[in-house]
Amino acid sequence: MSATAAPTKPVHPKYEVVIGLEVHVHLKTESKLFSPAPVHYGDPPNHDVHPICLALPGVLPVLNARAVEFAVRAGIATHCKVNPRSVFARKNYFYPDLPKGYQISQFEDPICTGGWLEIELEGGAKRIGITRIHMEEDAGKSIHNEATSHGEGTHVDLNRAGVPLLEIVSEPDLRSAAEAAAYLRTLRAVLRCIEVSDADMEKGQFRCDANVSLRLHGAKELGTRNEIKNLNSFRFVEQAIETEIVRQARILDEGGVIQQATRLYDPGANRTRVMRIKENSDDYRYFPDPDLVPLVIDEAEIERIRLELPELPDRKRLRFEAEYGLSAYDARQLTVDGNLADFFEGAARAHGTPKSVANWILRDVMQQLKEQEMEIAATRLTPAALASLLRLVDDGKITTKSARELVPELMEKGGDPATLAAARGLEAVSDGGALETAVADVLAANPDAAARFRAGEERILNFLMGHVMKKTGGKASPGAVREILARKLRE
Amino acid sequence: MTAALSRAERLQPALHAFLGLRGERALREAGESDARRARGEVRGPLDGMPVAIKDNLVQVGEPTSCASRILEGFVSPYDSAVVERLQCAGAVIVGRTNLDEFAMGSSTENSAFGPSRNPWDLERTPGGSSGGSAAAVAAGIVPLAFGSDTGGSIRQPAAYTGIAGLKPTYGRVSRWGLVAFASSLDQIGPLTRTAADCALALAAIAGHDPRDSTSIPAPVPDYAAALTGDVSGLVLGLPREYFEAKGADPAVLESVHAAVSELEKAGAKLREVSLPHTKYGIAVYYLIAPAEASSNLARYDGVRYGHRAAHPRDLADLYHRTRSAGFGPEVKRRILLGTYVLSAGYYDAYYRKAQQVRTLLRRDFEEAFRGCDAILTPTSPEVAFRIGEKMADPLSMYLSDIYTVTANLAGIPGLSVPCGFVRGLPVGLQILGPPLEEASVLRVADAWQRRSDFHLRRPPEPA
Repeated sequence: MSATAAPTKPVHPKYEVVIGLEVHVHLKTESKLFSPAPVHYGDPPNHDVHPICLALPGVLPVLNARAVEFAVRAGIATHCKVNPRSVFARKNYFYPDLPKGYQISQFEDPICTGGWLEIELEGGAKRIGITRIHMEEDAGKSIHNEATSHGEGTHVDLNRAGVPLLEIVSEPDLRSAAEAAAYLRTLRAVLRCIEVSDADMEKGQFRCDANVSLRLHGAKELGTRNEIKNLNSFRFVEQAIETEIVRQARILDEGGVIQQATRLYDPGANRTRVMRIKENSDDYRYFPDPDLVPLVIDEAEIERIRLELPELPDRKRLRFEAEYGLSAYDARQLTVDGNLADFFEGAARAHGTPKSVANWILRDVMQQLKEQEMEIAATRLTPAALASLLRLVDDGKITTKSARELVPELMEKGGDPATLAAARGLEAVSDGGALETAVADVLAANPDAAARFRAGEERILNFLMGHVMKKTGGKASPGAVREILARKLRE
Repeated sequence: MTAALSRAERLQPALHAFLGLRGERALREAGESDARRARGEVRGPLDGMPVAIKDNLVQVGEPTSCASRILEGFVSPYDSAVVERLQCAGAVIVGRTNLDEFAMGSSTENSAFGPSRNPWDLERTPGGSSGGSAAAVAAGIVPLAFGSDTGGSIRQPAAYTGIAGLKPTYGRVSRWGLVAFASSLDQIGPLTRTAADCALALAAIAGHDPRDSTSIPAPVPDYAAALTGDVSGLVLGLPREYFEAKGADPAVLESVHAAVSELEKAGAKLREVSLPHTKYGIAVYYLIAPAEASSNLARYDGVRYGHRAAHPRDLADLYHRTRSAGFGPEVKRRILLGTYVLSAGYYDAYYRKAQQVRTLLRRDFEEAFRGCDAILTPTSPEVAFRIGEKMADPLSMYLSDIYTVTANLAGIPGLSVPCGFVRGLPVGLQILGPPLEEASVLRVADAWQRRSDFHLRRPPEPA
């Protein structure tokens, strides 16, 4: 596998940008990490709780085996070493949404270490190191200053308390906001592919903190970093990093010193502001949780999980290149979202010309997804519908232009392309009479062009076709027009 | 049942053994047991037996205070594993016994609701922290009570009140529903008059529980069947370091030696063994136990249940005033100590080092048990002390655990049985065994009790 450094141009002329990401991912287990309480989104506050989530006196945590399997899957899929022995530790701090007064996490001995992911950039692929993946429980939610039936003030909802999380920590290998976003998209694709998380950013299932620092190009030492929190969309991640780069560069340009801090991103103002200054690191008094035994996973178990993993995006990309003759770039674009990859394969199978299907998806469908900030799974376009749309074009029933016009509507509302084309009056005019007349009119109006064609200037045919198309409102089947033109010109 | 309840009530002013009695609920459950008996559906030897539980074992609908003001008003919505198993066995829980706050102490003087008293001398402590349970059994209120033992909290009170008290192997009894003091040391066990009764009680509560990740998935042997009365051929180890420790009452040591000789006469072989890291036991214990406690007690923050300071200015004020008013001085001392030893910069020197020495202590026992079947020691260096005598000096209080903490640190079973009297006060003989060898420990204790009568003596009836 290639591990070439990306030949992208530096994002700042003077400073090298160094970014490391910490991603928190909710695992889609049925129950919580250490309690049998269910994991449901959108339930009424404090509905999904158990004495363990409430930290009643005398309760004890029991590790969710499914969550462990998910963590192992994530470790394998990100090329990490899955450690045969890992240890749960208590991270001690007081907060009302942390019922035990400590969070059970992993500290000295995490479950996975030393992996990587490859991201696709315009200049090629780049490998991003993954320092570690550890398991931990989420805290509850504090709801501040919101009037409820219990009056104003701060309220605590413990539905989320104890939901299993993976924290995935990257190496500081990212060099721009765009790289950070590409890494996040790739990571999310992997996590969805192995079915450990829905990784929906809006639901807080995929949360990201970014550590950003600058240093002079060529410098060996890392600059002082700032950690940016509250990045709950891909766009915010990019914007926040961009503004942070500008902020730090300005300070450095003015001869100032970067102060290490934790910052919050405010999307409204598009700026980050200090949440707390880190003068010395917080003392969480980590120690191994005496209520839990070390987590021991034997090699056979890891192997079993490895064998049961679905095809990972990387492997799928290579297969797409070989099987469908796609370029590496196109194949990666299609495999960054498992649903999109499945959509492509379904449409390619139904249509028969994968290359053409890929072009349509990467151009028209993706453009629409980007504009609407949607994912393919959320649209109503089916692989079969895309295939029949393309077949209409192939058969000359509608023009490419018309087909492209139909894509947004098919994505939004679904339906059968042929019916829709008919309803919109987009069916190509291929019936002899109307076209014959149109061609005859165009030739009559452009005798000069007709003469040049007959003199051997075949390129002029396109000019004549353009006029016919214009005359028919773009609905003429190009094949039919070409045929009639050629025939009439030879007459 | 009526007798147990009325005796409990009558002796309450003198002994203060209980923090709560179950009165009518206990009577109703006793009635159900009688009905079972009448139908010939007896559930076993504990069916209908009145038992008491330490007020750090939760039971549905019952207030659990752990003798702390911070749990004011807390009523448990769930049962501890021990309560479930006792109810399955048909036992009737008559009440909840007094303890040192959160089981931190050796005398019940740290109870927020006042100390319990020793039936043998009301001026003296029954020991702690399971002092209420010990006093209730010693005074004949119940034949069986349960306590928890983190550093000696079952064995030392058993010794001070002239009864038997067993701390099982760590993981033998589920801790589900035991309010945690120090999770890696806490273990639940019975207090009774005889080792034979301990065997019955242990059989009822022992066994694997998936709700406690530290619970051991090993089958529960027939403890009663192990009580053959025969110790011939057994090798009993006498750890040099325990008998040479400074500060032990010579009269206590003499009683223990007399019991040892009696067992030798019965056919046991004696062997001197060495537990070289014993001298670090107290230090290691008072690093690990407070460290775990400081974290375990963080949940008492006034947010969800228990005591909550009125009209807090802000969050910090809520925490500060709730915990300042809710915890007593010893609990605060241990939370501070534990917070300190876990702090960045001190962790390696204290907590990590203590864990390393703990491993050495465990290896001492592994090594010693290669050459013997059980180890005999005094349970406590002295007999029951006077209430108030050690309250001003926490260190001297801590030293009363010197013979018992090592069993918790090593996770091995230990049992105290009466082996004599010094100045009218009971002396305890401690019998330690290898992990999961409760049967051996009980066998030695039972054999001793078949050859002695100290467990048959009764304290004077309080006025």
